[in-house]
Amino acid sequence: MDGIEGYNFAYLDEQTKRMIRRAILKAVAIPGHQVPFGSREMPLPYGWGTGGIQVTAAVLGPDDTLKVIDQGADDTTNAVSIRRFFSRTAGVSTTTHTAEATVIQTRHRIPERTLREGQIIVYQVPQPEPLWKLEPSRAETTRMHALAEYGLMHVRLYEDITRFGHVAISYDYPVMVNGRYLMSPSPIPAFDNPKMHRMPALQLFGAGREKRIYAIPPHTEVRSLDFEDHPFRATRAPHVCGLCGADDSYLDEVVTDDRGGRLFVCSDTDHCETRRAAGHGGVNALAAE
Amino acid sequence: MADETLLSARGLCLRFGAVDALADVDADLWPGEVLAVVGESGSGKSTLLNVLSGRAAPDAGVVWYRDPAGALRDVHAMPQPALRALHRSDWGFVHQNPRDNLRMSVSAGGNVGERLMAQGARHYGDIRAGAIDWLRQVEIDPARIDDMPRHFSGGMLQRLQIARTLVTHPRLVFMDEPTGGLDVSVQARLLDLIRGLVARLNIAAVLVTHDLAVARLLAHRIMVMQRGRVVESGLTDQVLDDPRHPYTQLLVSSVLQA
Repeated sequence: MDGIEGYNFAYLDEQTKRMIRRAILKAVAIPGHQVPFGSREMPLPYGWGTGGIQVTAAVLGPDDTLKVIDQGADDTTNAVSIRRFFSRTAGVSTTTHTAEATVIQTRHRIPERTLREGQIIVYQVPQPEPLWKLEPSRAETTRMHALAEYGLMHVRLYEDITRFGHVAISYDYPVMVNGRYLMSPSPIPAFDNPKMHRMPALQLFGAGREKRIYAIPPHTEVRSLDFEDHPFRATRAPHVCGLCGADDSYLDEVVTDDRGGRLFVCSDTDHCETRRAAGHGGVNALAAE
Repeated sequence: MADETLLSARGLCLRFGAVDALADVDADLWPGEVLAVVGESGSGKSTLLNVLSGRAAPDAGVVWYRDPAGALRDVHAMPQPALRALHRSDWGFVHQNPRDNLRMSVSAGGNVGERLMAQGARHYGDIRAGAIDWLRQVEIDPARIDDMPRHFSGGMLQRLQIARTLVTHPRLVFMDEPTGGLDVSVQARLLDLIRGLVARLNIAAVLVTHDLAVARLLAHRIMVMQRGRVVESGLTDQVLDDPRHPYTQLLVSSVLQA
């Protein structure tokens, strides 16, 4: 299959892809370090995944199989339109099955299924700078990264414990990569943070508006920040999935009527469907049929 | 007093355009000693403080600092990471306006604990215990540990800044008009507190002030500056009781006697 007429393979021209690949190589060489790159205008608005889509375009080959998820789901607007964008401009095959994909572009989730070697996961990043709410000057945060001065982030954790009794950051929970760079994991739930630690797949992060690329090579140490007496804990809603009965997956809460009815379902649609196909069921499984 | 200086400056010069902010200034500070730098506005006091602490580079001259291991370090030739590490641990800087130093959106405890966390403290309970201990030492009610600094009075803010600075047990503290902008009774209490802490913890301090009474109360030695030059220096009582230079005589005689 070929892409559409008049366009280069995967939309971006080859020089642009080379430039992005150079940034990716540098990012992989310095795990967690933000590498500037010449972000291009893409045919979708900033905040919809312009960074992720450029990284995906740069790493995609004709033999790849692409999966795109948004909040864990394959069937949401953002996921559908980006998946269709690449099937039209690159002609690559697409899938919703995590196991079959070679490149996975994601917004706000890491799939429940453990990724394997040879897979690439591309995160869409709105704000690559983990210190941005604490230190307004970009020049100063660059210096802090250079000197590994990260006490300020612990001040934020201290304030949370003081106010709420625990660290109240539920998504975009800051991590230390390879014991050196403080990194924003993109707005994935803190529940997903442990999956980044020594992940066999290559993790790439693209921030289009902020023009930054960073990466975590396979099997790299990724630690969520914490205190010795307040260790990091991954939290999830204390329910089981209403459709597949999973008690260990990350759940979405869906309001079902105006009388307080609600349904908890896996946010990872592929995970949920795979489990249901294997015969698992939840209390709401029949109602959903 | 040890015979080795903690901080020495030789031949410091710094010009801002046509103005001599510092002209051939020498200074020495011994461990545990408080040195006051006095003079009118624009005499180069604050510039001297900035140059001594490595925050501004001089046109000429050198500042030597003896680190805890006993080795002499040229402050202005130190690599940036080493200088910043020094500022976080072995040195402290007390600003005239505590809002310049404190984080106003972070609780009192977080403000005090920040330097501990910057040094790598990662035990919440220990950091909090250290913060409570220091709030007590600066006479702030430990029950206010979780309050925001914006709810503190001016005097309390200044005491909070001192707690935040001293929590890492620095050996050398730079103070820029620490009692400026406070009313007289609050000033007196603060001076008493600083004097007690400095003596008990054996901290050396360079104190910039235009207030001769503050210098008299806190300082062992005094340097009088005029137009970027040191016109007179010596023991505080000696200089203030028997000023020799005409400018010092003018300064001393212009203090109102209550």
